[in-house]
Amino acid sequence: MSDPFVSRGFVGRPHADGNQSGRTPPGQYLTNSFPVLSAGPTPQVPLDSWEFTIEGLVKAPARWSWQEFTALPSRDWTVDISCVTKWTKLDMRWHGVSLDDLLAAVEIDPRARFATAHSYGGYTTNLPITDLINNQAFVAWQYDGAPLEPAHGGPARLVVPHLYFWKSAKWVRGLRLMEEDEPGFWESLGYHNRGDPWREERYSGD
Amino acid sequence: MAEPLAWQIATVRAIRAETPTVSSFTLELPAWRPHRAGQHYDVRLTAGDGYHAQRSYSIASPPSREGEVDLTIERIADGEVSPYFHDVVEVGDRVEVRGPIGGYFVWEPGLGGPLLLIAGGSGVVPLMAILRERAANGARPSTALLYSSRTFDEVIYREELDALAKRDRELHLLNTLTREQPAGWTGYTRRIDRPMLSDAVGAAGKQPLVYICGPTLLVEAAANGLVELGVPASQVRTERFGPTS
Amino acid sequence: MDDPLMLDANAVAGDLAELLGFEVTGASHRCGHCGNVAMMGTLLAWTHGPGLTLRCSICRDIVIRVVRTPARTLVDVSGAAYLEIISR
Repeated sequence: MSDPFVSRGFVGRPHADGNQSGRTPPGQYLTNSFPVLSAGPTPQVPLDSWEFTIEGLVKAPARWSWQEFTALPSRDWTVDISCVTKWTKLDMRWHGVSLDDLLAAVEIDPRARFATAHSYGGYTTNLPITDLINNQAFVAWQYDGAPLEPAHGGPARLVVPHLYFWKSAKWVRGLRLMEEDEPGFWESLGYHNRGDPWREERYSGD
Repeated sequence: MAEPLAWQIATVRAIRAETPTVSSFTLELPAWRPHRAGQHYDVRLTAGDGYHAQRSYSIASPPSREGEVDLTIERIADGEVSPYFHDVVEVGDRVEVRGPIGGYFVWEPGLGGPLLLIAGGSGVVPLMAILRERAANGARPSTALLYSSRTFDEVIYREELDALAKRDRELHLLNTLTREQPAGWTGYTRRIDRPMLSDAVGAAGKQPLVYICGPTLLVEAAANGLVELGVPASQVRTERFGPTS
Repeated sequence: MDDPLMLDANAVAGDLAELLGFEVTGASHRCGHCGNVAMMGTLLAWTHGPGLTLRCSICRDIVIRVVRTPARTLVDVSGAAYLEIISR
């Protein structure tokens, strides 16, 4: 059987991190850039109509306008991010409000165990509520000291650093709390339901 | 399509510089089959560790040349595949390809004209295949090429286009140089806009078949402009190159 | 709506032909959302993501999605009312 074809002298872009720094999950490589990945056109959301809503299994929905949302107690977050397309970027600096503070504004029904994040443009992703609380997740409107660009999810995006970046819904507009888990946009087409990079949970069945 | 296309290993037979950043690579194909103007080949590079990078490149040569195709490739500075072609590949090297591919952005003489071809940068490649096919054929429908480049030196196939236009009264060239123009330049000096599109439609003829190829933003602007000018959307075919490698 | 990331189905025509077994861009389809009938070559493609998304050029809604995993490839055509393959 002949050897597989190899292109003479071709190495390609960085695609594997030989030097696992301990901060790079398995199968990932480190990048200094911030790649833009998308499944559709960048939504253009005017701030005067932007809203964030928490609804579903709550006593009463909570809703914030942009003014109200960005006036919430917020802080800086420096976190490592891993995308399922294999890049990992360390020490990304964000600014936003924690999910703990947002969820404190609603009375959650004890039946609620899961959340679906909904975005302008139609994207969805699902998470157990346990992955959103205890300082594990936030909604950011600034990246690296500047307003979050639309290409990277601005005006605001969900950030859940301990899971693959597809869970960090760009252009987020709210959460729906639910009793049953409902696979989101990528989870319903072959991606892992939870997406823990440290267990390399990329695809369903992993 | 008879059977699914398979990857094959082509051999580079010639490399020709078209501009300082663009070269044409002649590939000899063991499993060549005739293509249609506007189609492309997929190229796949494989690194020693099995990593793949894949891109599509439009066929520049007309279908009449058997056994081989020309792919004209622009070197993109931070690209992954095009720098390999420009910096590493030599005559005699082997490249894995798949094709010919494409059933939408294609022209053959039977489709007739008039033709309006609009190109931005290396988007001219598939349109050149159309022009070369048209020149090799008997019928020469009235055709206009509106070609946007940044500078004079970056006009790909410049001499061949001038020669084609010189001997063909039905071929009209409209060039625009958007960044810098040489002394004595009589063409356009700005990005494609509605008045320019209107001139191009006028040069091509009534109800042209339109083919637009280039960077996404240029293609969008041209296609929208044409529709605003009353060209039916069904007569407009587009191929978008991304901002990438 | 200018999105420089956006390509069209030509960019993925080879991969789609390999997956589906026919030349996709020249085949016709009907968008399941707005009813637009057009060649699949007109579909707008977002290729830089966890998967490939093809959208209707008229209504921008999703017509086809493709995800490739090491074990399998998933193709979601639920956004298409039909795909038309001409018999030879």
